[in-house]
Amino acid sequence: MSDTMKENNNTITIDGREIPFKEGQTIMDAALAADIYIPHLCHRPGLKPHGSCKLCTVEVNGRSASACTLPAAKGQEISNNTEALNGVRKTITQMLFVEGNHFCPACEKTGDCTLQAVAYHLDMLDGHFPQFYPRREVDASHPGIVLDRDRCIMCELCVRTSREMDGKDVFAITGRGIDAKLIVNSASGKLADTDITTDDLAAHICPVGAILIKEHGYEVPIGRRTFDLHTIAEPGVEPVILRKGKHADEH
Amino acid sequence: MSEQMRRVAIDPVTRVEGHGKITLLQDADNRVHEARLHIVEFRGFEKFIQGRPYWEVSTFVQRLCGICPVSHHLAAAKAIDQLVGVEELTPSALKLRQLLHFGQTLQSHALHFFHLSSPDLLFGFGSDVAKRNIIGVIEKYPETAVKGVKLRKYGQQVIAAIAGKRVHGSAAIPGGMNKSLSREERNSLLADIKDIIAWSQDAVSLSEQIHMAHPENHDFGKLNTNFLGMIGPKGELELYHGGLRARAADGSTILDQFDYRGYQDIIREEVRSWSYMKFPYLSSLGKEKGWYRVGPLARVNNCDSISTPLAEAARKRFKAFANGAFVQDTLAYHWARMIEALHCAESIELLLGDEDISGDDLVVTGEKRDEGIGVIEAPRGTLFHHYKIDEEGMIRKANLIVSTTSNNQAMNESVRSVADQYIDGKEITEGLLNHLEVAVRAYDPCLSCATHAMGKMPLQVELVDADGRLVDRLTKGSDGRIERSM
Ligand code: SF4
Ligand code: FES
Ligand code: NI
Repeated sequence: MSDTMKENNNTITIDGREIPFKEGQTIMDAALAADIYIPHLCHRPGLKPHGSCKLCTVEVNGRSASACTLPAAKGQEISNNTEALNGVRKTITQMLFVEGNHFCPACEKTGDCTLQAVAYHLDMLDGHFPQFYPRREVDASHPGIVLDRDRCIMCELCVRTSREMDGKDVFAITGRGIDAKLIVNSASGKLADTDITTDDLAAHICPVGAILIKEHGYEVPIGRRTFDLHTIAEPGVEPVILRKGKHADEH
Repeated sequence: MSEQMRRVAIDPVTRVEGHGKITLLQDADNRVHEARLHIVEFRGFEKFIQGRPYWEVSTFVQRLCGICPVSHHLAAAKAIDQLVGVEELTPSALKLRQLLHFGQTLQSHALHFFHLSSPDLLFGFGSDVAKRNIIGVIEKYPETAVKGVKLRKYGQQVIAAIAGKRVHGSAAIPGGMNKSLSREERNSLLADIKDIIAWSQDAVSLSEQIHMAHPENHDFGKLNTNFLGMIGPKGELELYHGGLRARAADGSTILDQFDYRGYQDIIREEVRSWSYMKFPYLSSLGKEKGWYRVGPLARVNNCDSISTPLAEAARKRFKAFANGAFVQDTLAYHWARMIEALHCAESIELLLGDEDISGDDLVVTGEKRDEGIGVIEAPRGTLFHHYKIDEEGMIRKANLIVSTTSNNQAMNESVRSVADQYIDGKEITEGLLNHLEVAVRAYDPCLSCATHAMGKMPLQVELVDADGRLVDRLTKGSDGRIERSM
């Protein structure tokens, strides 16, 4: 690309590759549009950026920043897929594993879980840190949805989806750091006493197995789950909505 | 409810591992009057599962054991079928589950016989420890060893084809199965089945010859016990689904075609202060007389026939050995185990040829219930899974009786009899330790789940005198090293 072209276009450079961006896009938006994978957990296109998981940390002109919140600006030189950054991301992912109770082999979401897929992508082989074993409540009060807080990574995707997409306000996070927890906005604090239904997007958005449709699990055989067929870094691979009869190779 | 909800986090390393420990209690005349086998087993598992969703359980329970996960998967699946009100699976789902179970039993039996027991059986219990292992067998009897490895591998391939993985896959879901087998998958498994059946026949012959060739071993750890197990509608050997049959040592029937959902009416479990593992017994006979044996020896003795011809012929020879009475020799477990392996191989061939295995009618639904009981004949014996759920679908109560637990009393008795026969004064010798190990191993206890891979069972034997004093202690590590730690 010639220098004149560069000046005429809004472009940023990620790991040496120059890509265009539109006004108002974040680095994450521009990267996704150019099929460049920047690891992320709390980001999802269509929802307001949240910037909490820090997995999307990149280096912009030598300084750390969250790709999902930082607006793209002309001429940014960005490092993304580097050993150092992936090392940091791996550490963050390990923390997420030990801060909750993630027992992958028995989880309905295994093979379709974004956290697990990110861990594979980053070559995470163990939790590294000692397990916190927090005590967290399961809420199975709702007839169609179960909330297993053991697996919650506080990404607030459900919080934002309920507000921004479903026009409701079912979930919220209270507390900070290790005391943070997912709560339900009802007088009883129970999911059954909210207006959430299994048709709500928020019931299906959870990237891990913390919000699940009841009575379904393991219906998709091994070999046909999302991340049996794709890696998370492949363009367009979306966390799958776990519902009977609809899956990765059937969209 | 939610206050009692449990977090679930099991450290996978500390669940079933640990030493087998045996305490021998001597009386004033230096006779071993009691043996106590301490096995670290699924302590607390029933608690872990409380507050978890019922549809998760059949996958979760696979973590109970690295060797027989499929057995737990299927026993739980049967209980969960009950929870979702399903009494009868579709033919496709039923046959796929049976096939999975035959694959599991074949691989488990092959592993036990060839990897774990054949060194003792081929070289003798007192032979050089350095050679008495699978490596030794590979050197001296390469053909036998190779067949054993291949039999096991084939069983694992059957499992992997159905469950997606050799261990800890997914297959059974409430009311059915999550996939069937394609024609190609069936054909690729069928390609080897003739060899598998032939090698299983060889294994039966080998185990039979070994037993016949060593009359001095017929009394080794021998007991006269009741037998409990599942049978089919015609009294035939049945591993996946049927009624319970219990017979007394003299062959008389204690109960027959009993609906296992009433198991609590016929089986009680005694708790003893020194053991985490309970002691089940048939309540009609009481604690003293009601204990029983399960597993291959019980099943092959208990059934009236085996549905596949080669295994049936082998069963007849087995029965002839005791002139039609029960074969009570503890070491005949191995022989019975190989007869079952042959039955598995023959059954696998039949099922692979059945079009239903490729069918896509895989799940039925029913009316939810709050209680489910599932029982199968696992490789090691009758396995009970019992769950109660609350109105939210969470497990409120779980009760498991695993096969090894049912053999608890019998293992203690066999150990006591062998210890008494081989003990030398007040010292535990290496030879004694080895003999005790062989006696325990005949039952293929779940203790070995943790140590199958190494082919060695970490074992500690303690000798306690009439005054309750510890007089000797010998430990064999998983590396085979023996240490006296007094
Ligand atoms: S429940 Fe799921 S979507 Fe909601 S905050 Fe927790 S991990 Fe994120
Ligand atoms: S994806 Fe950017 S902080 Fe989570
Ligand atoms: Ni086991």
